Amino acid sequence: MSTANTTNRAYGAITLGTLLPWIIGAIILLVLPILMGSKGQLTIMSQMSIMVVFALAYNMLLGQGGMLSFGHAVYMGMGSFLCLHVMNASYFGSVPLPILPLIGGFFGLGIAMIIGSFSTRSAGTIFAMISLGLGELMAACVLIIVVFFGGEEGISGYRDEGLPFFGLEFISHIEVFYLIAFWLFVSAALMFLFSRTPVGRMANAVRDNPERAQFLGYSARWVRFVSFSASGFFCGIAGGLSAILFEIATESDLNVTASGVILLIVFLGGVGFFWGPIIGAVVFILLQTVLGLQTHLWELYVGVIFVAMVMYFPGGLAGIIMSHAVAMSLGKLGLLVRPYLTCVLPAIIGILGLCGLIEMIFHMREAPTGETEMTLFWTAIDTHHIWAWLVFGVIAAGGILLARQQSSVLKEAWDQANTIDTPAEEPS
Amino acid sequence: MTLALELDDLRKSFGSAEIIRGLNLKVEKGERHAIIGPNGAGKSTMFNLITGRFPQTSGHVRLHGTDLTGLQPFQINRLGLSRSFQITNIFPKMTVFENVRCSLLWSMGFKYSFWNMVSRNRALNEGAEEILEQINLTVRRDLPAGVLSYAEQRALEIGITIAGGADVIMLDEPTAGMSNTETDYIVNLIEKVTENKTLIVVEHDMGVVFGLADRISVLVYGEIIATGTPEEVRSDQKVQEAYLGAALEDH
Amino acid sequence: MDLILVNLIDGLVFGLLLFMLSSGLTLIFSMMGVLNFAHASFYMLGAYFGYQLSTVLGIGFIGGLIVAPIIVGVGGALIERYGLRQVHQYGHVPELIFTFGLALLIQEVVKLFWGQNQIPYFEPAYLDFALFSVGDNAIKAYKVFMIFISLAIFGGLLYILTKTRIGMIIQAALSYPKTVEALGHNVPFIFMGVFGVGTALAGVAGVIAGPALGTFPGMAFTLGSIVFVTIVVGGLGSLWGALLASLLIGWLTTFAASYNLRMEDILTGLGMTKPEVMSDSMLQDLWTLTLPQVGPILPYLLMVLILVFRPQGLLGKREA
Repeated sequence: MSTANTTNRAYGAITLGTLLPWIIGAIILLVLPILMGSKGQLTIMSQMSIMVVFALAYNMLLGQGGMLSFGHAVYMGMGSFLCLHVMNASYFGSVPLPILPLIGGFFGLGIAMIIGSFSTRSAGTIFAMISLGLGELMAACVLIIVVFFGGEEGISGYRDEGLPFFGLEFISHIEVFYLIAFWLFVSAALMFLFSRTPVGRMANAVRDNPERAQFLGYSARWVRFVSFSASGFFCGIAGGLSAILFEIATESDLNVTASGVILLIVFLGGVGFFWGPIIGAVVFILLQTVLGLQTHLWELYVGVIFVAMVMYFPGGLAGIIMSHAVAMSLGKLGLLVRPYLTCVLPAIIGILGLCGLIEMIFHMREAPTGETEMTLFWTAIDTHHIWAWLVFGVIAAGGILLARQQSSVLKEAWDQANTIDTPAEEPS
Repeated sequence: MTLALELDDLRKSFGSAEIIRGLNLKVEKGERHAIIGPNGAGKSTMFNLITGRFPQTSGHVRLHGTDLTGLQPFQINRLGLSRSFQITNIFPKMTVFENVRCSLLWSMGFKYSFWNMVSRNRALNEGAEEILEQINLTVRRDLPAGVLSYAEQRALEIGITIAGGADVIMLDEPTAGMSNTETDYIVNLIEKVTENKTLIVVEHDMGVVFGLADRISVLVYGEIIATGTPEEVRSDQKVQEAYLGAALEDH
Repeated sequence: MDLILVNLIDGLVFGLLLFMLSSGLTLIFSMMGVLNFAHASFYMLGAYFGYQLSTVLGIGFIGGLIVAPIIVGVGGALIERYGLRQVHQYGHVPELIFTFGLALLIQEVVKLFWGQNQIPYFEPAYLDFALFSVGDNAIKAYKVFMIFISLAIFGGLLYILTKTRIGMIIQAALSYPKTVEALGHNVPFIFMGVFGVGTALAGVAGVIAGPALGTFPGMAFTLGSIVFVTIVVGGLGSLWGALLASLLIGWLTTFAASYNLRMEDILTGLGMTKPEVMSDSMLQDLWTLTLPQVGPILPYLLMVLILVFRPQGLLGKREA
């Protein structure tokens, strides 16, 4: 081994570059509540933070381990239920609230270890099916095992009955947000570090090629089991945080719908990058709150976005962002601005036109008979008048046709932005 | 000399068809042993039996005297046997460096640890760099393995195979589908990286076999019909009849 | 005795209904290697189209039974051609996620056009009478009609798969898709066809089950997971396995729902005494457990057990 290369690479040195995203993240978490301090905003941000923890934990499986789970809400939900039991217990007065998520985490870990002991035998379809079956089982158990799950009403508790933590009783929303933000930061950092450990690296290897990993001395099953358990731990932490924020846990926290939502979030954000799920969770909660206020059909729109993403951008939002890396490193990102505007803008207008048509269909069906007026994009519209349909139809068709026409220009610009210029072509 | 690998009446049936029909073979430590034979002779099956990919129907495989019956591939690997595959079998989405580093992890004792940072271990990273240098892929270090050329992927395959420091290396048709130049490159590479190790190689290219091997076994229809030095095998009557006739006239 | 017979009939009806879905799903899985999460959504579309055609457009129940599955099947084929095939290049996990997203989307689209609530889709008047009775229990003619339709479809499927050329190709493609492609058959076209026929079958199931089980936006998810369970239990890719598992699960859930077997009776039968004050006992849920209560989760329990102990399913040859 003495013939080793003599490069004096400083392995694992902590540089400003590697720390920068974390510092920025910490600053954002610290500053946000100061900028947006209303009760509603704080609740949404807290909810977002919990979802980020859950999404990152889910991606430890899907993105890094290649395991598709349809029942992952179980681990978060179980953590949540257990934490509420702790909150209702007589000894809660001697438990400081900030360590509660840890209790949820260990419970999630325990459940994941039990289930993982047989479900991680293979990845692929079997794993997905077992997770689905167990998800359905657990959701059904909520209504049967009333002692633990509290039946249909669920379990509720009060967070402020815990041991005051340096005088904090976590009554105000801002205190709760900072508590959640703390755990978000710690969990995200730990999950990031996990992906850099030997077993985290082997999780990638097993995802890519489980058989080859076996011939390198690693049992694919054990690698999956370790990732699965770790994921369960962080799901449990998210569950504990949810118990603290909402002070209630019900069947809807661990049923298959909840598991579906997290899959949607993670895929939307992008499974290929560590930070993809963060974007997914933030965007999804924003869509849920903003779109949800504007229209009853937000789930339809989210569904369309999701299916379109799977079909055309399987890398998710993170994938879309990172696909610009080449153009950026070539310094040609500017080439894309104009085509983006000329192509994406009409597309958006066309899609809004389509949305208008859909909203009108919805209005015609849902509105009480006789009521024909609705407000769409801040304009009053008579849905029983042919003109309204014509206008939106033309906008939709026109926008989409224009976008289609411009797409070739965009493609050309894209290709140009992603090729290295030969010196002769370089503008002087 | 001690035995590195010993096959003792090894048999394998798929359904009613017996593919491997009683193999007996002794490979000594430090030997370079080539397995040749026509298509469908059972060479890859034999590899899969030895490395635990399939369970044998009967018989024994012994690695340094340890019986491997019933062991999983990863357990066999931990005992010091490593193999490559006929069809390139790497981790396509991971970088070249990451591919090599992962193949070093177990042998360097990291096991399933989640408290070490792979990037902070000097020996691990330098070891990986060293392997990259040996297989001449240092320039490709940070590319995803899936985008390498075919010959580079084959080189990486060999790199992954030897990285763990196993003393018995089994290569399944390392030069399959390569041009002459590429073949020379890979053969040189094999000679370089398997120094002082036991090598068992399945190969179709007779030039490679006779240049590389200390001893050769000829596998026909699931049986070894001859084992010996290249000269012995070349002059063996049975081998001539069964298989080598045409090939030998070319050399 | 009467109750057993009634349950046998009801279980048969439900089992055959499951089979109409699971047969298509298992065929699609064996050919394309993708578990179609949206399969039950096509069943739902069948019910809604059947309602729309028969009631609103007025071509009658039988008209709906013929036309709705065709529309569903064509829609399914188009989704395979322009959706699934596009996703196929990314691998199996995105495919599974795609069908999952599709299921969500179809549910939302159904809500957009037909609303959140159950729609008034009923069996036609000429089938809405008691055909015969078992003891005190009247058996509706519609139930018998459902059984006959299901059996007819099963017979037709069996005939096509075993006696016709296209059936031979499909059977071969189940086991050796690569070889069949190499023999020069247009496998992508066969895929599209099988997907279309499979979804059309689900559509038939929807048209006839809609009036019996209720037509509402949640019907796909309610039945969808059971259909999954069925094909996993039966063995992925095995038609006979799908039939066996469908009937098994049909009867299992029907019998569990109608026998009020109480844990309390079993426990006292074992010589345990019931605690005086229930709410003090940690085991209160065990004491109050009844068979109808656990009935709905039995299929999932069965599936998890099968996956753990016999991953290839009851009659399956290859692992999931």
